[in-house]
Amino acid sequence: MMPELQTTPVPFRGGGFRLRRVRGVGLAVFVLLVALVEWGTRSGAISALTLPRPSDVGTTLWDLAASGMLFTHLVPSLSRLAVGSVLGISAGIGIGVLMGLFSLVRAGLAPVVAALFPIPKIALLPLFVIWFGIDEGSKYALIALGTFTPTVVATYGAVDTVDRTLIRMGQSFGLDWLSIVRKIVLPGALPGILSGLRVSLAIGIILLVAAEMLGAEHGIGAYILQAGSLYDLERLFAGVVILSALGVVTSAAIGWAERRLLAWRG
Amino acid sequence: MDLSLTSVSHRYGTTEVLSDISLDIADGRIMCIVGPSGCGKSTLLRMIGGLERPDRGRIVQNGAVPEGCLNPLTYVFQDFALLPWRSVAGNVGLVLEDHRLPRTHRDAIIADVLARTNLTEFRDAWPRQLSGGMKQRVAIARALAVKPAVMLMDEPLSALDAQTRELLMDDLVALWTRAPFTAVYVTHNLAEAVRLGHRIVVLSRRPGRIRDIVEIDIPLAERRASAPALEAHQSHLWQLMRDEAAAAVQELHDA
Ligand SMILES: Nc1ncnc2c1ncn2[C@@H]1O[C@H](COP(=O)(O)OP(=O)(O)O)[C@@H](O)[C@H]1O
Ligand SMILES: [Mg+2]
Repeated sequence: MMPELQTTPVPFRGGGFRLRRVRGVGLAVFVLLVALVEWGTRSGAISALTLPRPSDVGTTLWDLAASGMLFTHLVPSLSRLAVGSVLGISAGIGIGVLMGLFSLVRAGLAPVVAALFPIPKIALLPLFVIWFGIDEGSKYALIALGTFTPTVVATYGAVDTVDRTLIRMGQSFGLDWLSIVRKIVLPGALPGILSGLRVSLAIGIILLVAAEMLGAEHGIGAYILQAGSLYDLERLFAGVVILSALGVVTSAAIGWAERRLLAWRG
Repeated sequence: MDLSLTSVSHRYGTTEVLSDISLDIADGRIMCIVGPSGCGKSTLLRMIGGLERPDRGRIVQNGAVPEGCLNPLTYVFQDFALLPWRSVAGNVGLVLEDHRLPRTHRDAIIADVLARTNLTEFRDAWPRQLSGGMKQRVAIARALAVKPAVMLMDEPLSALDAQTRELLMDDLVALWTRAPFTAVYVTHNLAEAVRLGHRIVVLSRRPGRIRDIVEIDIPLAERRASAPALEAHQSHLWQLMRDEAAAAVQELHDA
């Protein structure tokens, strides 16, 4: 008689550690959280002083839009964010690239950037008011400085990661300096620069609100501040929802830019 | 255009890498440089191409650069060095864009070199979509586009598998037979050297000096893989290199 052979399947140990794009789950989690709060506030498990009812916040937002006040607040905020971050980000990319390319610039500016980075920029707002005036100037400056530092750091880090053999190749074909920078260094650094922009723009939104809280008639920050001082939680949350939406939109815009500009990565 | 090297020596810090190399690189022929790993082959090639300066010795061009040549000394790199964000045609176009050529002329050059390397149907592909062998063909097409006087090839087939290497060697022989070019071809693979080299320079281990120069008279198109005459050359080269290579393996690397 044959001896009985024991057979066991080879245990599977692979899998995991690989992310894919899952659609709809983000939205589902969001809807679930809102539904939970709605249920809590209606059933009394969450008191009206702790959190406003999401449906009331929705009504407030609707009224805000219907009365036209949404645009009165949104337009100045968006233009401040746009002007400030365009200034800060373009200066950041420009100086970051120079720091990535020239040892002297790197040696000179790296300590300055390291010293600027951890300063809470909001603390400098009074100074900016003196320098650039109480109006738009100080707000632009605050947002510009706040987006500048993370952009610089991301950019020169990204330039460092550009494959040196590609640069050597460009030189060996006699490309001129500007061509090497435009066609090899910048595209190679683009992935790093774009992921730096996510951080920079989020910081830009935070500083926008801070600047508007310290002196602005209109703007999302001013709207939130008014609501907060009256303990009007519905309006406060309506403002917060607008800010979150702004964050989601900028992040989606960068995601779209990445898919367009970095199609070569597949 | 010929090149000649006179007593080229070089050291990195305290490490002597090349010692007293004198060579003549003849027009229209392929010169192979073989030697154990770390003996300074890549360094020598960088010096021939002007990417690095030797400590001592001279490297000169004799004669005028041929007409229509856009980049006299042109590299083909071991790791292809293609821009991943440009298509096949874009990678070839890159090296033409800084020269003031009419657009139609530029497009004609790109179409011509892609046809010569059998890449026409892949002109719009991204590098990541290509196999290693195809990538190296793109790099060869790019090098041909600037009509080089001398091609400097640093282990161009070493990153490829054995079958692809055979096919690309045939491609190179066909390209050379149709329009002979001058090349300095660095390799550590003796089979490649005897298939492609008119003249084979054997370097010693570091510091690299010339151990021997072997001439092979068989026309490139008539050399078949594992032909007895080539086998004889190859085993002769291996005799020359064997001890050097064995000693080089024992050395510490600090690159
Ligand atoms: N830029 C460099 N700085 C210091 N040492 C180097 C540099 N490039 C190469 N070397 C050293 O010089 C020697 C020759 O290198 P290389 O020319 O790349 O050899 P091969 O191509 O023959 O393998 C090696 O020992 C390497 O470590
Ligand atoms: Mg090498």
